[in-house]
Parts: sequence; C-alpha cells; structure tokens
Amino acid sequence: MRTLNVSEIIGNIKEMCIEANHFLSEDMKCAMKCAAEAEKSPLGKQILNQLQENLEIAGREMIPICQDTGMAVVFVEIGQEVHFEGGLLEDAIHEGVRQGYTEGYLRKSVVKDPLIRENTKDNTPAVIHYDIVPGDKVKITVAPKGFGSENMSRVFMLKPADGIEGVKESVLTAVKDAGPNACPPMVVGVGIGGTFEKCALLAKKALTRPVDEHSDIPYVRELEQELLEKINDSDIGPGGLGGCTTALAVNINTYPTHIAGLPVAVNICCHVNRHAVRVL
Amino acid sequence: MEKYINVPLAEGAAAELRAGDYVYLTGTIYTARDAAHKRMYEALERGEQLPVEMENNVIYYMGPSPARPGRPIGSAGPTTSSRMDKYTPTLLDLGLKGMIGKGRRNQEVRDAIVRNGAVYFAAVGGAGALLSRAIVSSEVIAYDDLGTEAIRRLEVKDFPVIVVMDAEGNNLYESGSAINHMG
Repeated sequence: MRTLNVSEIIGNIKEMCIEANHFLSEDMKCAMKCAAEAEKSPLGKQILNQLQENLEIAGREMIPICQDTGMAVVFVEIGQEVHFEGGLLEDAIHEGVRQGYTEGYLRKSVVKDPLIRENTKDNTPAVIHYDIVPGDKVKITVAPKGFGSENMSRVFMLKPADGIEGVKESVLTAVKDAGPNACPPMVVGVGIGGTFEKCALLAKKALTRPVDEHSDIPYVRELEQELLEKINDSDIGPGGLGGCTTALAVNINTYPTHIAGLPVAVNICCHVNRHAVRVL
Repeated sequence: MEKYINVPLAEGAAAELRAGDYVYLTGTIYTARDAAHKRMYEALERGEQLPVEMENNVIYYMGPSPARPGRPIGSAGPTTSSRMDKYTPTLLDLGLKGMIGKGRRNQEVRDAIVRNGAVYFAAVGGAGALLSRAIVSSEVIAYDDLGTEAIRRLEVKDFPVIVVMDAEGNNLYESGSAINHMG
C-alpha cells in the first residue's frame, strides 16, 4: 500500500489548470500547424495562421488560449494500492481547481445551479470521473471544456439495425449541425456502445486521446479515418467559413452494449482541445 | 475587401458593408453576453432605460478572462451568438447597428439586420489571446455583479472581424465556400 497526501493533488491540479489553458499538447500543436500548411481556402488559411499566432501569444504572454477557460473536467485513475491521507480526495480536486482558476487569471464560468445561475466565482465544482485501476500510481487528466463546442454535442440512441451506417450518419449530423458554432477546426470524440451515460463518457474520454493516435481495433481505426475524410469534405472549414480543415481528428471509443441498443455519443471539441496529464 | 472603419458606426456605414469583407474596427464597442442581454431585455419590458445607448453602436458577445496586472484585459474572443438571438431583434430595432460574435443567427435576427441596415461580424473563435491585443482599454459600465458577463466599454484599435451577414441579407456561412473557391 502506498500513501499519498492529498495536498499533492491540490498543487498538481492547480498547475495543470493553468498549464492546460495556456499550452496545447504537442500532438494538438502539430495538427494545427499541419492544417495551416495544408489548407486550400485563402480565408481558411488566414484563420488557421491567426490561430497559430494566437497559440504563440498565449504561451509567451500567459494569456489563456481562449477566454472560455472551460468547466474543469478531471479524470482520475487511482491505482488500487493507493491510500489517500490528509483529507478527502474530492475536496482536494475542487481546491486545486479553485486555486488554479483564481490564482491563474482564468475565467470563472460555472454557475451554482443550472436554473438559478449564480456564478460560484471560483470555477468550482469540477466534473470528476474516477477509475480504479491496478497499481500504486494516480494518473490525473485535467481537461477544461469550453461550452461553444460542448453545446453542439449529441447523444443518439440508435437501433442495432441502424448499424455502422447509422453511426456515420449520427456523427456527420452532429458535426454539420455544429458548423461554425463549435469553433472549427474541431476534434470529434465519439463513444459507441455501453448505456446512455457510458457512451457519453466514452466520447469525452476519446477527446483526451492524442490526435495522432488511433484506435487499436482495425474496423474502428478505419471508421475514424473515413469519418475524418467525410467531415473534411463538408467544406465547413476554419471558423465555418469554408475550407478543407473542419476536423483535426475523429477519436472513437467503443464498449459492449445491450442486445437491444446502439448508443452513440458525439462530443465535439473546438481546436482548443486542452488537457494536461500527470502521473503521481 | 479589406476595410478600416470607426465605431460607433457612422450613419449608413453598416449598410455599405458586404458579407466577406475583412474589417478592422477602431473606436468604442460594448460587451454583452447571455446574462446582460437577459437583464437589458427585462429592463425594456419594465419600460426602463438601457445602461448603454443602442444607436449606431456595436455589441461584442464576449466575456473575458481576468486581466493580469498592468494589462487592459485577459483573453477576449467571441462567444456563440445564437444564444442572444431571442433578444437581438429588439436591440436592432432600437438602433443597434452591429454585433460581433461567432456562429449562425436565426431568421428573426437576419430579418432585423436587413430591416435596420445593420451588420453581423464574426471574430475568429478561440483566438482570444490574439484578439485581446486589439483591445486598448476595458471598463465595466453596468451589471458589475455579473462578473465576466458584465457590460464593458472597450476601446479597440484595428480589431479584426469578418462580415458574415449584411444588410442585403447575404450570409457568408452559406456562401463562404463558394467565394473561397473563386479565390
């Protein structure tokens, strides 16, 4: 059994909130750069070049990449040999988010009640997903999620008879409906299978997978590739103003499901697909 | 076409802009997003004055991140405009001449843009760090309690936007790819 003091969690989460909002991961930076070079539409290219400049300014001057610094989504994979001391893990995660957003000059975008809508003023609470895994390490992923793209995300409860064509149609429908609202070029996270909530979580997790890594299931990998090509043929383009760069990646996760169902979730993320990962 | 224009907009200036124009704005604009729009709309329903004159002004749908010490503002890119659609025709009919945001607008807004000789600009979504550099100063002038959603007066210099919907009813989101392919 390994003992971990939750104060370590607080400090790391705080730093990760700040890091994720100012610096994209290497895979995202590469994908953005390649897209700017490859884009054919003049206006599309101009927009992608501005996004390159935006990333440069964000990192150099410590201005958040986007003013919507998101609701903090935190994935925690806890090795089952780990024992936490010094307080509650959940409290520590929220405290890390609170410190990161208040001390890091990040926007506070969270309201306490969905209908009464009073701002909590420190961007808490976070949305936390726990997994218990083998080992004695704790892997934390902080993924601040902006709502321009979150609002365009969808869940489709398909019938088994809809099959793979139904899945393709669902993804393309969600992307087309999102269009300029979701700040393209986007990253498309797809969850297929499980239950109503499981497919949404699969889709969310898919967004944290590096955009240059593909599914290790052969047919899923092919589906990722085919959907990416179809999306980029849609001519939505950068900023929704036309061009061949509508998505940088389609990441799909699958899970077993019920004989009667085929749930599909499409979680859309803008080009500011942020995540910071640390293993403690 | 690239154009440099002053804000608030001169009489008739908005109606001369065309979808696809790349415009640099210099002067004064005001921020308002979801909560501020709701509050302005409710004030009008009660027959009260708005905290900002609409006449010839431009509203930027934006809620910034906090400014670091010594800077006028934090990250400052556009938010999705369609959430303001419910309130926008009323403001346009009161003389509002331009909006800056991102994404589609509904038919009521498009009709009100044409009816009032107004214009809808898009700024590049997710380019908040870059756009912040065209903002010279920022001051909260109403609804301070709304935090990032307060109404701010911004002084901007060469703030880059693209005309998406114009007073003739053109919509670059529908025709944009066609224009691009000609170029």
